[in-house]
Amino acid sequence: MTADEAVARLHSGMTLGIGGWGSRRKPMALVRALLRSGITDLTVVSYGGPDVGMLAAAGRIRRLVAPFATLDSIPLEPHFRAARERGAFELTEIDEAMFMWGLHAAANRLPFLPVRAGIGSDVMRVNPGLRTVTSPYDDGETFVAMPALRLDAALVHVNRADRLGNGQYLGPDPYFDDLFCEAADTAYVSCERVVDTAELTKDAAPQSLLIKRHTVTGVVEAPNGAHFTSCAPDYGRDEAFQKTYATTPWPQFTARFLGGDEQAYQSAVREGS
Amino acid sequence: MTEADRTPALPPTRAEYCVIACAEAWRGAGEILASPMGLIPSVGARLARLTFAPDLLLTDGEAMVVRPDGTTEGWLPYRQHLALVTGGRRHVMMGASQIDRYGNQNISCVGDWAKPRRQLLGVRGAPVNTLNNPTSYWVPRHSRRVFVEKVDMVCGVGYDHAAGARFHRVPRVVSDLGVFDFATPDRTMRLASLHPGVTLDQVREATAFDLAVPDDVPPTREPTAAELRLIREVIDPANTRAREVGA
Repeated sequence: MTADEAVARLHSGMTLGIGGWGSRRKPMALVRALLRSGITDLTVVSYGGPDVGMLAAAGRIRRLVAPFATLDSIPLEPHFRAARERGAFELTEIDEAMFMWGLHAAANRLPFLPVRAGIGSDVMRVNPGLRTVTSPYDDGETFVAMPALRLDAALVHVNRADRLGNGQYLGPDPYFDDLFCEAADTAYVSCERVVDTAELTKDAAPQSLLIKRHTVTGVVEAPNGAHFTSCAPDYGRDEAFQKTYATTPWPQFTARFLGGDEQAYQSAVREGS
Repeated sequence: MTEADRTPALPPTRAEYCVIACAEAWRGAGEILASPMGLIPSVGARLARLTFAPDLLLTDGEAMVVRPDGTTEGWLPYRQHLALVTGGRRHVMMGASQIDRYGNQNISCVGDWAKPRRQLLGVRGAPVNTLNNPTSYWVPRHSRRVFVEKVDMVCGVGYDHAAGARFHRVPRVVSDLGVFDFATPDRTMRLASLHPGVTLDQVREATAFDLAVPDDVPPTREPTAAELRLIREVIDPANTRAREVGA
């Protein structure tokens, strides 16, 4: 399916998990499709990068669940910052490990998992709904009971996939993309290239098969679909374009790059560089 | 004969004292992961690895554990890195936008969290780091805006909030002015050493809370000739350290 067809299955008010990490292997073609749609009022669950920045700038986020938002080579995500400083969305700010165990809990159909993180920090103050749990064994230690981060839908981007939804990463880090898919009721996987199943393991080890088809609802072929974030080894981060994104006022950036469809975006990127 | 053999070495710069002070954080750490954040802590960790802490593990900043020459010796993607944190075999040196006398650290936002004046990174892994493995801090510009009376958001947990948590430890804070620790009866911040050229008054003026100051404050130790050569010629020939701390 196309990115627009995938997004047509989503609707306003949903809880969306977005894979990748910071400005690394973000499903940007799917995010751009979201921006073209009228979908809004989202709860976004993300190790945040420009996915968060763009959706926040466009006013589509009602609540963000995240431990950070960053562009990596540009430490502070400017559009996320601006939106947060004007109070454009509510924030559930949790630690990186709490976030991971929240996804694990959801994937394992558990209500929570105990985590040695958060206690003593203001994560407890700003999330008054967080509960603790005390070990029933002799140690008696108290932990945060990190609630499951259950998702209505997950959006992730990988290097290759087959038509059935078997997804493969070829870079050094899987991030948490498989967990996002397992924690979600539906999952849409975009990829650089859709290939025959047999081709997946022709030149790559089976451990690269990160995402299993039973967790996937739809596959989207989106070449350069993580742009401008990195998608090793297919391409690195487009640092020059990221700088343009970070320094251009949002309305101008939208007018210049996001006025048309994905093809128009990719052409505008080629012309702009 | 190399250039360094022929000409007398220039005296250490402030940035190089900072490198030494950061490197010392990993002395005697054994076979653990050193996670430096920032340029000078990275140079410091590599210096420690090449000299007095040869068992340290270092990453390439992405998912690989690498030897000093860049050879990959292991794989550590984010999810394994987060698991390693909870196993405790790591000493991280994080940045701090704000830090207070008990070592509470803030990288999330400035002002009221509900409507921040300045949104920064977010808590990142500071809560899990501080409850699980030794966590030190690096501040390239020591000022009253960073060394504050009270942080706006506790991300990294300090001694007054830790309530004796089993694995909580904040070994040191390194700034461009000196080295600080919490070796006081009430676990408040103490001046451990001054970088050569820095005065006590300078530190007091740049700190918004009362520091514990011992009668005798030693200077941060001198780099050896071999260490200076490693820093200047092997680890950081492009002198990135000077971008973080000027002369």
